[in-house]
Amino acid sequence: MSTPLLEAKDLTIAYGDQVAINHLTLPIPEKKITAIIGPSGCGKSTLLRSMNRMNDFIEGVKLEGAINYQGENIYAPHVDPVEVRLRIGMVFQKANPFPKSIFNNVAWGPNISGLSGDIGLRVETALKQAALWDEVQDRLEEQALNLSGGQQQRLCIARTLAMEPEVVLMDEPCSALDPVSTSRIEDLLYEMKKKYTIVIVTHNMQQAARVSDYTAFIEDGELVEYGETEQVFTNPLKKRTEDYVTGRFG
Amino acid sequence: MLRSSTSFATQRNRLLESTFGWLLFFCAAISVLTTVAVILILATETFRFFQSVSPFAFLFGTEWSPLIAPKHYGVLPLISGTLLVVVGASLVAVPLGLASAIYLSEYAAPRTRQIIKPILEVMAGIPTVVFGYFALTTVTPLLRQVFPELPIFNAASAAIVVGIMILPMVATLCDDALRSVPNPLRHAAYALGATPFEVTSRVVLPAALSGVFTSFVLAISRATGETMIVTMAAGAMPNLTFNPLESIQTMTAYIVQVSLGDASAGGITYQTLFALASILFLITFCLNLLAQRIMHQMREVYR
Amino acid sequence: MISAIANPRLRRRKLVSAAFRVLCAATAFVVVGILFALIFDLMLDGLPWLDIQFLSSFPSRFPELAGIKSALFGSLWLIGLTALFAVPIGVLAAIYMEEYAPQNRLTRLIELNIANLAGVPSIVYGLLGLALFVRFFALERSILAGALTMSLLVLPVIIIAAWEAIRAVPTSLREAAYGLGATRWQVVQSHVLPMAMPGILTGIILSLSRAIGETAPLIVMGALTYVAFVPEGPMDEFTTLPIQIFNWTANPQEAFQDLAAAGILVLLGILLVTNSIALAIRYWSTK
Repeated sequence: MSTPLLEAKDLTIAYGDQVAINHLTLPIPEKKITAIIGPSGCGKSTLLRSMNRMNDFIEGVKLEGAINYQGENIYAPHVDPVEVRLRIGMVFQKANPFPKSIFNNVAWGPNISGLSGDIGLRVETALKQAALWDEVQDRLEEQALNLSGGQQQRLCIARTLAMEPEVVLMDEPCSALDPVSTSRIEDLLYEMKKKYTIVIVTHNMQQAARVSDYTAFIEDGELVEYGETEQVFTNPLKKRTEDYVTGRFG
Repeated sequence: MLRSSTSFATQRNRLLESTFGWLLFFCAAISVLTTVAVILILATETFRFFQSVSPFAFLFGTEWSPLIAPKHYGVLPLISGTLLVVVGASLVAVPLGLASAIYLSEYAAPRTRQIIKPILEVMAGIPTVVFGYFALTTVTPLLRQVFPELPIFNAASAAIVVGIMILPMVATLCDDALRSVPNPLRHAAYALGATPFEVTSRVVLPAALSGVFTSFVLAISRATGETMIVTMAAGAMPNLTFNPLESIQTMTAYIVQVSLGDASAGGITYQTLFALASILFLITFCLNLLAQRIMHQMREVYR
Repeated sequence: MISAIANPRLRRRKLVSAAFRVLCAATAFVVVGILFALIFDLMLDGLPWLDIQFLSSFPSRFPELAGIKSALFGSLWLIGLTALFAVPIGVLAAIYMEEYAPQNRLTRLIELNIANLAGVPSIVYGLLGLALFVRFFALERSILAGALTMSLLVLPVIIIAAWEAIRAVPTSLREAAYGLGATRWQVVQSHVLPMAMPGILTGIILSLSRAIGETAPLIVMGALTYVAFVPEGPMDEFTTLPIQIFNWTANPQEAFQDLAAAGILVLLGILLVTNSIALAIRYWSTK
């Protein structure tokens, strides 16, 4: 396999004395969905946040190794996190729309960055990609906070897609949502995968099995197993993996 | 039998409790009585004042000389003096206070914050007479080097120092308002590839706007009621002007000037104090009410 | 497909962000610098005059002989009497508002009223004191009149501070006590108050500290600016340290300006001590 679009290479992350990720190497293949699963506290969110340098905001975090994007380490001294995040977007666990209108939420990022093209078209495209357009096209000026939880999360997805990133990181995007909203977002992912590379952290194993192409199982900050999803779930190589996916722990 | 002995004790306890409750209520009610007393006294003396001086002549007159013949009771010079100081102070306190707060809230490392915040608290606790001294002995000479024609007592020195005095309050309130904006909003903005300036100016500040605005309103209220700095540095010359480089007198400074004489003698001069105090009270009351309204609205948004 | 991100624009955005950061940081440090400039200036002018003789002499026309004895004693008397009135009333009022007051419109009115009083300019309180205590109750320009005036001034602040401290006591504690059959006052006295006491003390000390520095209301109600005696009773006339400072500052002779600086250093020293005590209480109570 040629160099993956994104990869963690011998990555070690520590908060003070506590090691969260321990010498971890993981490829993220292009235009596929990679799921990261593991028990609570195993470091999956830390790993995800390191991929667009959102860990920079945590006091006392130390990072060794590299996250390579298109072969270039995003933690190299000359790299500006702003540029990283223009290419690698993120959807958070709890929907966090701006207290602005629906339109302005989606338009905010492109306006700031001066992305070319008609902003109205860009917003419409993003909302369609997030399967939200039909529900909001008549009320784009309404406050985003008036939307339901599931709608807000899809709005956040639209907001991210409006920037046309290469990679979309998703940190347990459905954990705060009801099953109906969850399944709508999962349907979204199948469509999104045609254009974007997706990394999704989830504690819901059924979701990982349903949605992803590749799965990485992480425990105590270490990569226990990585492979095609079907293989990891039906024929895991490690006993720990088997115990986890069959629900024996975690 | 058991019942009757305990019922006597409980009856006495209940009596004590209820008396005590009334005592406590009275203590709380003293605050209401204070407000009633203030309003009554202000209204009474102002009313008496208007028996001698017509409200029109008072509110729209352009000359204020109640102590020297020929006597005029037009309050506009004092209003303009107060206005000059308040506007000048706001021009100092608002941008500097907000910028300091932005630094503290969005940029400063926790250790830096731990040093600067207490310093701001210390500054907020410095008595205004100290700032008055600072205005007269440091700021005025400095200004006179830039403007050699500047009189020793002038509006600009007072305005600048009043601004410095209320700056810590503006900074602290703005800092609170900015910090109350939840972090997920910042993260969302950063994740979209925004620079810290854009996150602060296009997400955090708009979200904190009512708290920031409240701080400005409260700052104006404080500046209006400020007495010692203007007494010591602005002058005792009622002067209807918008030029900060002149001597002026504010409403509060006039009250002090009269009090340093013999105010308790009664008569029109005594009444002028209360007429002015009525204006002060009304202005600060309305501003404080406005600030409370805005704060109330803000809490609704983030429920 | 990477969308068209304009590179010069990105460079400009980063520049603006960096410049903004520098601007805000510079502002914060300028503000802090002003405080240090003030203290430095005070020490330069005032320290040479600060000695025992300064603390134990009365004011005088001759700067070398002048001191703050009368002002210090006046301030002491004033704050002592003010505390006597304002502290019990303030704390009891706060207890009422949090523990006894029903949730009705009257209570809400009192609460709003207290908040408003805290924002009234201090000079208005001075005029209130003048009309009410000096003239109506005929207390003349006495320490008693001054203390009553200052009590009204600091009362809202003490109530708010004590209220916060009492409110911070967890409801579960109260519920446990009520559940054991205690009366309201018993709950307050043996459970709520002890736990809220550090916060209440801190609030009281900080409120009274503000009163120590007040000048305008006292001038207005008639405190003197030149006093060459130590007060011996609550009906005596008086001056205070801030008023003495004001008086000296207004004197065009430079020596008196330096005396004012020395007086300010004493005043700030007192405030430093009281605030440190308050902070120490707060610190020890959270351990």
